[in-house]
Amino acid sequence: MTSLPETTNKQLGLVIDLDICVGCHACAVNCKEWNTGGHSAPLTDYDPYGADPSGVWFNRIHSFEVEEEETGLGRTVHFPKSCLHCNDAPCVTVCPTGASYKREEDGIVLVNADICIGCKLCSWACPYGAREYDEDEGVMKKCTLCVDKIYNENLPGESRVPACVSTCPVGARHFGDLGDPLSDVSKLVEARGGFALMPEQGCDPVNRYLPPRQRAGPSSSQTVAPRLLEHKDESADGAGLLARWVDKVLSV
Amino acid sequence: MHPAKSVIFFTTASGAGYGLLIWLAVANALGLLPASWGFALAAFAASLGLITAGLLSSTMHLGHPERAWRAMSQWRSSWLSREGLAALATYGPAGLFAFFWIVFGARDGLLALLGLLAAAGALATVYCTAMIYASLKTIRAWHTPWTFICYAAFSLMTGGLLLCFLARLWDLADANVFASASLLLIGAAFLSKAFYWKHLDGGHSQSTAETATGLGDFGKVSMLEPPHTEKNYLLKEMGFQIARKHAQKLRSITWVTLFAVPLVATGLSLAVAGTPATLLAFVGVLSAALGIIVERWLFFAEAQHVVTLYYGASSA
Amino acid sequence: MLNPFKTVREDVDLTPAVADEVKTTTCYMCACRCGIRVYLKDGTVRYIEGNPDHPVNKGVLCAKGSAGIMNHYSPARLTKPLKRVGERGSGEFEEIEWDEAIATAVGWLSEVRAKDPKKLAFFTGRDQSQSLTGWWAAQFGTPNFAAHGGFCSVNMAAGGLYTLGGAFWEFGEPDWDLTKYFMLFGVAEDHDSNPIKIGLGKMRTRGGTKFVSVNPCRTGYSAIADEWIGIRPGTDGLFIFALIHELLRAEKIDFGYLGRYTNAPWLVIDDPGAADHGLFARDDTGKPLVFDLTTQAPASAVTDVKPALTGEYTLVDGRTARPAFEHLARRFLSKEYSPDRAASVTGIEAQTIRRLAAELADVAFAQEVVLETPWTDFLGRRHEKLVGRPISMHAMRGISAHSNGFHTCRALHILQVLLGSVDVPGGWRYKAPFPKPIPPGPKPAGHKLAPDTPLGGMPIGNPTGPEDLVLTDEGEPVRIDKAYSWEHPVAAHGLMHMVIHNAWAGDPYPVDVLMMYMANMGWNSSMNVPGTIKYLTDKDDAGNYKIPKLIYSDTYYSEMVSYADLVLPDTTYLERWDCISLLDRPISSAHGPADAIRQPVVEPDRDVRAFQEVLIHLGAQLGLPGLTNDDGSAKFKNYADYMVNHQRQDGIGPLAGWRGNGSTHGRGASNPDQLSRYIENGCFWQGEFPQDAQYMKPVNKSYLACAKELGFIPSDEPIILQLYSEPMQKFRLAAEGHGPRQPPEKHRARVKAYFDPLPIWYTPFEEAVVDNETYPLHAITQRPMHMYHSWGGQNVWLRQITAQNRLFMNRKTAADLGIGDDDWVWIESHRGRVKAQVRLMDGTHPSTVWTWNAIGKRKGGWNLDPDAPEAQRGFLLNHLISELLPEREGGYRYSNSDPVTGQAAWYDLRVRVERCAPEEAGVTSPLFEAAKVPESVSAHREGTAISRFGARLRGAATGAKPARLRDWIGNRKEYAKTVAGLPDGHGNLSKRQKSGAGEEDPSQ
Ligand SMILES: Nc1nc2c(c(=O)[nH]1)N[C@H]1C(S)=C(S)[C@@H](COP(=O)(O)OP(=O)(O)OC[C@H]3O[C@@H](n4cnc5c(=O)[nH]c(N)nc54)[C@H](O)[C@@H]3O)O[C@H]1N2
Ligand SMILES: Nc1nc2c(c(=O)[nH]1)N[C@H]1C(S)=C(S)[C@@H](COP(=O)(O)OP(=O)(O)OC[C@H]3O[C@@H](n4cnc5c(=O)[nH]c(N)nc54)[C@H](O)[C@@H]3O)O[C@H]1N2
Ligand code: SF4
Ligand code: SF4
Ligand code: SF4
Ligand code: SF4
Ligand code: SF4
Ligand SMILES: [Mo]
Repeated sequence: MTSLPETTNKQLGLVIDLDICVGCHACAVNCKEWNTGGHSAPLTDYDPYGADPSGVWFNRIHSFEVEEEETGLGRTVHFPKSCLHCNDAPCVTVCPTGASYKREEDGIVLVNADICIGCKLCSWACPYGAREYDEDEGVMKKCTLCVDKIYNENLPGESRVPACVSTCPVGARHFGDLGDPLSDVSKLVEARGGFALMPEQGCDPVNRYLPPRQRAGPSSSQTVAPRLLEHKDESADGAGLLARWVDKVLSV
Repeated sequence: MHPAKSVIFFTTASGAGYGLLIWLAVANALGLLPASWGFALAAFAASLGLITAGLLSSTMHLGHPERAWRAMSQWRSSWLSREGLAALATYGPAGLFAFFWIVFGARDGLLALLGLLAAAGALATVYCTAMIYASLKTIRAWHTPWTFICYAAFSLMTGGLLLCFLARLWDLADANVFASASLLLIGAAFLSKAFYWKHLDGGHSQSTAETATGLGDFGKVSMLEPPHTEKNYLLKEMGFQIARKHAQKLRSITWVTLFAVPLVATGLSLAVAGTPATLLAFVGVLSAALGIIVERWLFFAEAQHVVTLYYGASSA
Repeated sequence: MLNPFKTVREDVDLTPAVADEVKTTTCYMCACRCGIRVYLKDGTVRYIEGNPDHPVNKGVLCAKGSAGIMNHYSPARLTKPLKRVGERGSGEFEEIEWDEAIATAVGWLSEVRAKDPKKLAFFTGRDQSQSLTGWWAAQFGTPNFAAHGGFCSVNMAAGGLYTLGGAFWEFGEPDWDLTKYFMLFGVAEDHDSNPIKIGLGKMRTRGGTKFVSVNPCRTGYSAIADEWIGIRPGTDGLFIFALIHELLRAEKIDFGYLGRYTNAPWLVIDDPGAADHGLFARDDTGKPLVFDLTTQAPASAVTDVKPALTGEYTLVDGRTARPAFEHLARRFLSKEYSPDRAASVTGIEAQTIRRLAAELADVAFAQEVVLETPWTDFLGRRHEKLVGRPISMHAMRGISAHSNGFHTCRALHILQVLLGSVDVPGGWRYKAPFPKPIPPGPKPAGHKLAPDTPLGGMPIGNPTGPEDLVLTDEGEPVRIDKAYSWEHPVAAHGLMHMVIHNAWAGDPYPVDVLMMYMANMGWNSSMNVPGTIKYLTDKDDAGNYKIPKLIYSDTYYSEMVSYADLVLPDTTYLERWDCISLLDRPISSAHGPADAIRQPVVEPDRDVRAFQEVLIHLGAQLGLPGLTNDDGSAKFKNYADYMVNHQRQDGIGPLAGWRGNGSTHGRGASNPDQLSRYIENGCFWQGEFPQDAQYMKPVNKSYLACAKELGFIPSDEPIILQLYSEPMQKFRLAAEGHGPRQPPEKHRARVKAYFDPLPIWYTPFEEAVVDNETYPLHAITQRPMHMYHSWGGQNVWLRQITAQNRLFMNRKTAADLGIGDDDWVWIESHRGRVKAQVRLMDGTHPSTVWTWNAIGKRKGGWNLDPDAPEAQRGFLLNHLISELLPEREGGYRYSNSDPVTGQAAWYDLRVRVERCAPEEAGVTSPLFEAAKVPESVSAHREGTAISRFGARLRGAATGAKPARLRDWIGNRKEYAKTVAGLPDGHGNLSKRQKSGAGEEDPSQ
């Protein structure tokens, strides 16, 4: 028996498209902005104007370079990361107080700040670095999947979505019920071959990442125009062409 | 992993305390110990004192020590919760065992069993403590049976050295028996740590920068920029790294202080008697105390968390 | 009694109250002008989100915009007018009342205006109200006005305006929904910050498209490109020439388009030595001539004839002439511009260049997009459909911030034109009020200056020949920045980067008052920062500052503030009225004109005033015409009043929406109700061109008519794209000894060399003059997407992302230099050296090192801790960039700028990089000493060891029942076409498929 729900009615989560993420940090900052006044308020900042600024964030943007050994062709990939709302969340099972829990209603993993003792064990158990300890309040905090926004009747319909999702300028972020194979996000994940991070850690994350697409560059087969242009005239100064072109307008 | 003082003290002190408790119960059951209330008082003071000090210090690194009592509710899934329960549960039999022995000098029959019950509790607690670490898949160094074996071995070894010292102080008849047994345990502890380090040096987590990002199909993954240029909680807690050279130095210190010195001292103490023996036993205790702290510091410092894969590490 | 074994479950409030009030306005965390919704709670800004209805950002909000709250509450905010009491740079100020501040300013300014108005140099940086500030300067009577354009990207602007009558910047956009091939040159972020991201997202999601990014660095946009072309800095011109070469050789160009809509067939007089050699042959009405193949005789261009594109023809006066296109073709067919030649210089393989040319040709001519939209051209010729060559391009400072940038920018536009992809479906499109005549009027004013007299025109404009230069009778510069002089004849945006140097040097003359607004010229917006600091603080023998009086308006305690004698504290963008006008840099799209306002969403809690407010006030007190009534009283109560009631031309004011009685747009009487109408509409107005006026605008009859009506263009004459630039040839002729106005000997050769009517490429100046053995590397900067120049770095949230900048270097290059990751190095240029920490990467050209722009801060600047990483480990390349080129023959030092436009050549920088000594590592250099922070400002920082912002903003429970959840799909429209069963719509608004019953509103 474990303190994780057997099943959850929904598996709400995020889908992040690594193909078009430009690494702009909008999702990270808008998350900070919403949540610092939200369910886990505040997202404390330490030494904000000082020599060692740091603070509580629920979403952070990494960037990586990926180089193909043989071809030497490489790419730069921007990589946003927040809580993946795992189905087998070790951050929940290791928690001695039950402060770290997964909601039965929708699968959102939350921290109950009123009973958290700040032992930090959950942050050790999370492979993804998604737990953020608030030294000042002595409790653990984390991505809430904007639980106080997505259902909130007090907001206009188009705002009832995680802050990081609606703000993404390139549209690289998607949100929905990944437990329902017929949901819009599930269809998208299916179509784009979405994958989970570090499956070997056995957390069964809900969030999915969409891989970079095959590029229509030389690195791939489908270049727009494989053939090169056929020159109509090779004379050094192209005199022949100039002659051909006198009445070119007529012929079009 | 960041080596937090409170946790180092907690695991080493309570470890020794529980070790000593186990020794007392077992030795008593085997009739190797005197009724002497003075000895009992000293022994239990040392044992329960270390345990209690350790447990208290462990609450020190909590964000909310005053809520510590909540930590027992999740015994179904949480080793930390179980540790709390085991620790608490152990106090019962241990307390009674100590009380009757010290106050009435009574320690036989049922009380001896009570002692063994306490010993079982102690062992269970040490097991839970070890499992808190061993259960973490995210830290390959710890995710191994050797973690518990080491914790148990060190608990018994340090407890044993304490008992040797007390036995010398009270000049107990069977002091040499304890010394000889301690020698075996030093050997055992030495072997378990050797195997632990073999395991630690002998491989990597199956998680890599490639599995962490899922970009393995596209090639070799290396970090371009971290999400934040300054250190955050994650990096301070999980990003702690220790230079190979530095680690090697500390390992040698451990070899000497935790094993070599106590081994020699305890060995010699068999040869001599009286004050010199007592002094040698004391040297063993001191050296081991220093050694176990270094060993525990390394236990954390050398452990790499898979989250470092998102911050530039290629393997964990 | 508490049961320790009980599992306590939290009951989460899913529907807390969020705000007391939500107000719309326009973001100003950068110049992109997105619409925002500001959530207010107990008078505090709780949350800012993108306005979904806004034409610019359509609901999205970037990192900067999302961090607006923290700029608004920044402890670096100024609180009261300041009068300098210590030495310049010391930061010793005395707080004064506004009355005194205004009186002081009026005193200084009226004196200048009465004596010699040009002794006021008024330069405004990141200014979104240039139509006001420039006009104000004109009323004052000084020619010495410009905004940031000169050090920003005037090459891109001028290159476009002199070729297309429009430009990239945010003045045009790719046809994101239809384009199939998008080429991006030298862009890290740009002004169209969110629109470009939105567009790229749609485009890549749609599929079947290709995105090529030409950039020495593979970051940001380049990271998601289908193909990254890692070019060597400063060589794009040759790369583009090679593409043109290939297309010409293969006849893959749009001859029809060229013949009808460009000056390709215009006859160019071929009479070497004559005063009109190289100019267009014109009839007596001045209309350019073409050779009509039907009548086999010269005919006036821009009529319905079949013009020859090549050949040699005899004019009525017996002289010969050739079509402009022949000149262009001859130049670019030359082997000199073959891919092989380009390869060796650009570092791009010839094969790659050939393939890219082939891809362009294939998309342009084998993959046309056709819209069944009939339209009529300027000759009344009706076209049944719109044929689009779906190739779009965008470029910015990567190609413009070089001393050869103007010609490179022109070359890129010419490539677009040859492909016939300008303002066609799938191509690049103009945004209103563009296109304008080529180049747009007006000409720069300032030829006659007189005390207490307006300028008689705008200080900034577009010269078309020597006669338009603004020169003294001796032929010397009139302007302090030497714009419109023989040094920088087409300096269409001025040269803000030269002002402080020239004012200090008294070259061409000293000024009395330097007034600046919104430009951190004491730091990241100046070249040669150490020098600039000297110029600002240097004194003459009498002990007076060489730049006598310095007025500056800033909102925050930036590096520049400490050098001002009088500081006018501005509001934050959430505290003021503002207008983003069609007279300036509007928010239009290709579909129609649009403009916007800012409204104060919160009251200032400090004694600060909006600069525009102050300017109007000053103007009234100075008695400037246009700002005072005949009786001398103030014409406008305040800026809002000006926004509504000022008229630039008859019926045309700062705001185009809801004029007259509120039903007319564009042109109409002032409407007292106008601002409330804007607010009701989300603080913006958006018009839409008729369907048949959406494309081919330069030659589209219906478009030209409505543009004229809206006052965008003076007449409905067609706008013929200028491949061959006659104005350039006019300057060259002057240099060749023709005409009344000729360059002085010292500039003659330079003008002759760089004023070519067709694009040329030359090695960037710094590379050409410094020893490339000594300085083997290019050093450039990039915009971080989450920071806006210097003003983002004060922001608690943004600085947590980047508080220190690294010097990025190619792994192999570093290895050759024995430099490892995280090493500290000296970066040295011909002007000095800077210490920085290295980060190695693969995705950067081996010849190039780069860093994030404007992260480094001066110790104590911005009210940050002097030990802040920005000051201790962050650095600027600006210290290494000289505002002057090394001495040329004759010892003269030209500005480090483009010889045509005066664009600052930031990216010409050449450096050497060396590992520094171990003991030198860990801290940057140079470290300037910290300026004092005025008490009223430093006071803000007390008690900020920890920021718990938001703790008190958590909303109370409302008991509302949770709303039904809906999936959100980014780019839903595009995915709906490619993912089976995915309903169309936007975000979480989806059209239900079964009951195709329109939009389903999740708020029910
Ligand atoms: N090395 C290098 N240098 C560069 C560039 C580069 O690419 N590389 N880019 C150049 C370019 S293109 C530009 S445009 C410049 C930009 O550089 P600047 O024009 O200096 O722009 P910022 O530093 O963002 O802001 C200028 C000042 O405006 C102030 N400010 C912000 N908001 C307000 C307000 O509401 N009112 C008032 N009155 N002031 C306000 C800020 O506090 C800041 O002091 O930098 C140039 N410098
Ligand atoms: N987030 C954010 N947005 C901004 C600004 C900001 O400070 N922050 N500033 C605004 C301002 S004032 C401006 S002017 C615009 C500027 O917008 P951008 O032009 O995008 O700004 P830069 O960062 O100068 O980008 C220059 C790019 O050109 C590349 N480059 C350098 N040299 C060459 C070259 O020779 N050839 C090619 N092909 N590429 C080259 C650089 O690697 C870099 O990627 O951005 C505006 N938008
Ligand atoms: S907002 Fe979108 S593009 Fe920007 S970092 Fe986040 S996911 Fe990437
Ligand atoms: S990502 Fe980490 S914090 Fe989130 S559920 Fe999984 S384990 Fe827990
Ligand atoms: S820190 Fe809080 S949430 Fe995390 S394990 Fe400890 S008690 Fe649970
Ligand atoms: S879901 Fe909400 S809390 Fe989670 S990362 Fe996105 S914005 Fe932050
Ligand atoms: S791009 Fe970002 S900062 Fe610039 S205006 Fe738009 S939201 Fe504001
Ligand atoms: Mo700029």
